[in-house]
Amino acid sequence: MEDIGYKIFGAFLTTVLAFVVGMFYGGFRRKIIARIQNRVGPPVYQNFLDVMKLLSKKTAVHHGIMQQLAPLWLITMSIVTLMFIPVLKDGLFFTNLNFSGDIIFLLYMMVFGSLGMALGAGQTGNPNSAIGVTRGLIQMVGFEIPWIMALVALMVQYKTTSVTGLLDIQSQSGTWMMFSSPFAFIAALLAMPGMFRYSPFDIVGAPAELASGPVSEFGGKYLSLMMTSGSIFAFVKLTLIVDLFLGGASNLIELVIKTFILYMYPVLWGAISPRFRTEQAVKYFWGWPLFFGVIALAFATF
Amino acid sequence: MAYDNNSQKIVDYIQNFARKHSLFVLAYGTGCGAIEIPPTMTSRYDAERFGIRGAATPRQADVLLITGYLATKTLKRVIRTYEQMQDPKYVIAFGSCTINGGMYWDSYNTINMLDKYIPVDVYINGCMPRPEAVISGFVKLQDEIQAGRADGWKKYQDNLEEYRANQKKIIKNWTMPDFNW
Repeated sequence: MEDIGYKIFGAFLTTVLAFVVGMFYGGFRRKIIARIQNRVGPPVYQNFLDVMKLLSKKTAVHHGIMQQLAPLWLITMSIVTLMFIPVLKDGLFFTNLNFSGDIIFLLYMMVFGSLGMALGAGQTGNPNSAIGVTRGLIQMVGFEIPWIMALVALMVQYKTTSVTGLLDIQSQSGTWMMFSSPFAFIAALLAMPGMFRYSPFDIVGAPAELASGPVSEFGGKYLSLMMTSGSIFAFVKLTLIVDLFLGGASNLIELVIKTFILYMYPVLWGAISPRFRTEQAVKYFWGWPLFFGVIALAFATF
Repeated sequence: MAYDNNSQKIVDYIQNFARKHSLFVLAYGTGCGAIEIPPTMTSRYDAERFGIRGAATPRQADVLLITGYLATKTLKRVIRTYEQMQDPKYVIAFGSCTINGGMYWDSYNTINMLDKYIPVDVYINGCMPRPEAVISGFVKLQDEIQAGRADGWKKYQDNLEEYRANQKKIIKNWTMPDFNW
């Protein structure tokens, strides 16, 4: 009974942690981009104010049940993936359901929200949404292939599909997987900016070109849910890569340092890049990332 | 407890604080004033430090910024855009043209007073107002929001017939859907 209590409290605590950390990372991103552009920039807690403002909107127009469900699917996907990822290596509150889910399950779950979003955006009937959805699916085909190849290389090399198993292998051998299987790490790292959808890969929600794409008909509480889900999911992706390649974290400070350094890579790349066209993005993902993915698979097999 | 006056005041204060510091601006840049928006948003004057940021679509926006004169043709689009925005929404009228027609006051195809067609919360006068003036207008709007006086959206709902009558005087072929939210 006590155990279940700890688990429920731990799940709640993990979600709040992911939300707060993800939100602050978003705020730091805006601040850092502002400093790069020689501006003062918004305060780091600006994203919290945005979410609060969106929640305090008095109306939220929707065009049907699927549009209402889409943000819910997104946030469900974010929280479910969070539950199956070991936030810390051990500890009472952050273990959640680590031992039940494996990488293959996570790979499925991580596209679930985007597909729900695609259905929801389709119902709005906005032409910008439809273009954004097709672009998003094309981009997903682009970055998923090197990303999955990197993870499959890990699974083949260490003969386990469990994230916890991979964490154990890293702590037993004492080397991080970015050193013991470097090509998989390079492939995953090169595919990672596509997952974050910052410049130069912001082809889905290009504000000046597509009027924010799939999001264009979502306002008020729907938008706030999507911002929340985005923050949680950013934390999820960073934590997954830290767990797989950077040896996980044994306390929260270590986790925050590792994820923040990892987060700076898509942010800083985005801050100095213009937007790719769709075919350029796919060409990029099917170039060097795919090459390193193939090398990683060969490295793992032989 | 939940509906008593004092707790409502606290809720209003927190909500207004969030609304005030996070303004998503939809710039309706048909007039010449649109040229003042890029410097306001970019490095030199940096409106983002007040939480002001551009919104891509009316659904996400809080502030409708009308930059300059409105032709009778574009008025229709402005009304449609304004009605698509979610409450609470604010309108900033920018430049002399929106106040009394400015240099176009006797033109056959522009409107003279924007306030007759959609409720305006803050006017920024000048031809053109510089980015400093624009930012001061935004700060004025923030003060109004915090004080709870920026209630143009309520005025629009209450006096919808009056506004509609004025709008239909200008727009002869009215084919827009009804405002029902």
